[in-house]
Amino acid sequence: MAGVKVLLFGPLRDVAGWRERWVEPAPASLSALRATLAREDAALGLALNGKGVKAAIDKAIAAGDPRLLPGAEVAFLPPMSGG
Amino acid sequence: MVTFTGLVRRDGDVEALELEAYEGFTESAIDDILAEAMTRHGLDDALVVHRIGRVEPGEPVVFVAAAARHRRAAFEAVDQLMDYLKSRAPFWKKSHQADGARWIEPTDADRADANRWDLTETP
Repeated sequence: MAGVKVLLFGPLRDVAGWRERWVEPAPASLSALRATLAREDAALGLALNGKGVKAAIDKAIAAGDPRLLPGAEVAFLPPMSGG
Repeated sequence: MVTFTGLVRRDGDVEALELEAYEGFTESAIDDILAEAMTRHGLDDALVVHRIGRVEPGEPVVFVAAAARHRRAAFEAVDQLMDYLKSRAPFWKKSHQADGARWIEPTDADRADANRWDLTETP
């Protein structure tokens, strides 16, 4: 697969109307992915930049603006609340 | 050994909670906090069980247990684990009421509870 798998959690999936999607071709970096998603859905773009939203790449919390490799799994994680 | 079972509160017109986790990520995050609590409190063992999907008022949603040679360690470990689960564990909670649904975010109190354990990090 030449793209990246994008997962949305919590309120983000309600904003976007989807939970999981492939983005092809693979954006070069996390910020490039954010830009692609925002171009297609401005409301989602805004929500992804909301307070406390983190990104995880291949199940590890991302710091800064890391590069993305084809086949990566990128999850956007809004503020968490369990218990 | 100290155990805590958290039930879904019966308040207002909440019909159910819907809980979501990130498979693979959530489990490893909980393993990390369990390992930290084990060393920090000197536990013999500890366990977290957390449901996902639809849970109704009055039903159990989370179970935490800690075993230690001294009760204080077990009480504090369960307290810390619950504070962690409330505001830092990778779960997302949606409350379903008669008039619609809304996502629940950790309250300032939840965050303050979790922060307590940061301040008193053992050297």
